[in-house]
Amino acid sequence: MSKLVRFAADILYPVVLIFGLYVVAHGHITPGGGFQGGAVIATGVALVIVAYSYKEASAWITGSGSMAREVIGLMGFIGTALIAFFFGMPFFYNYLAGQGGLFGVPVAFGPNPGELNTGGFVPLMNFSVGIEVWGGFSLVILYLLSGLLRRRNGEEEES
Amino acid sequence: MMLWNLPFIVVAILTIIGLAAILLKRNLIKVLLGINILESAANLFLISLGYREGGVAPIFTLAPSTTMVLPTPQALCLTSIVIGMATSALLVSFAIIIHKKYGTVELDQIRRLQG
Amino acid sequence: MKKELIAVVLLAILVALAAVVLPLRFGSPMKSDMDDYFLRYGQEQTGTNNQCTSVTFDYRGFDTLGESTVFFCAVIGVGLMFRRMTGGEEIEDE
Repeated sequence: MSKLVRFAADILYPVVLIFGLYVVAHGHITPGGGFQGGAVIATGVALVIVAYSYKEASAWITGSGSMAREVIGLMGFIGTALIAFFFGMPFFYNYLAGQGGLFGVPVAFGPNPGELNTGGFVPLMNFSVGIEVWGGFSLVILYLLSGLLRRRNGEEEES
Repeated sequence: MMLWNLPFIVVAILTIIGLAAILLKRNLIKVLLGINILESAANLFLISLGYREGGVAPIFTLAPSTTMVLPTPQALCLTSIVIGMATSALLVSFAIIIHKKYGTVELDQIRRLQG
Repeated sequence: MKKELIAVVLLAILVALAAVVLPLRFGSPMKSDMDDYFLRYGQEQTGTNNQCTSVTFDYRGFDTLGESTVFFCAVIGVGLMFRRMTGGEEIEDE
């Protein structure tokens, strides 16, 4: 792509990343959550891959990094649910809601201006799912692009 | 005459369009688009079943009133959208491999699996 | 012959869908006992303001667990199709 498009992608990728992480982090107060924020971040990744050629883009957004993010996301989700066994409660019990520790401020019924410290283990799960969707989407886009390029180049110059 | 049921009528029309695209088209990419339209119709049906008259979004942060729409169909629709995306990704990768092996994506000319 | 048969089948499905969909009332759900409980006690039991997120991740967390696993397996499936990207062997038939 032309130099103007590459410059715009350089500037816009951190902005889109931070906005996506904001949507993920405030998922228990405002509309949003894990999957919605992960889709926003995937839009930023697609912008970078479209603006640069495949060799330059895959040096920036690597396949092994995306795979690591996806695995850490899924393991974090299952681990956060398994820790409830240490509290003597069944699987997936909300052990942080209303206890006063991390994310544990109790909430009364009725409309109120939201507070970030509430929510139990829902913000932790939002982060895990957001990172998993980020890694998964970028990995799918990289795989499809590498398959198309290998077919077009006649399988001569790929490693 | 039946404008109070408009979302449900749109669901029926979208289902028929999706099914017609799957059954009547010959190009593989058009069949994939038909599957996507069918999945969108199912999601719209889920969301429009949970509407309450005069309700707002079920979020208590600075809410204007306490009459809210039902939150459960929205959670189910979220799951359905992600599963539809997973299906579409696998089908597109199948289409790329078929084009590499046979040179075409027309379903009439892919005949080596018959008989 | 085949296209007329498919057109008749589609028209029959449209009539069946219309017969199911027209008696529904848009704006007053038939049974909302479970969701009334979620909206009344959701803030005390989960501590979130967003009831959609509390239903997705706390009251119905098993569905979200299954969906994350399906997403993970779909990405693995796409990776199996194009295996030479990470240095694996691609098996050819002919």
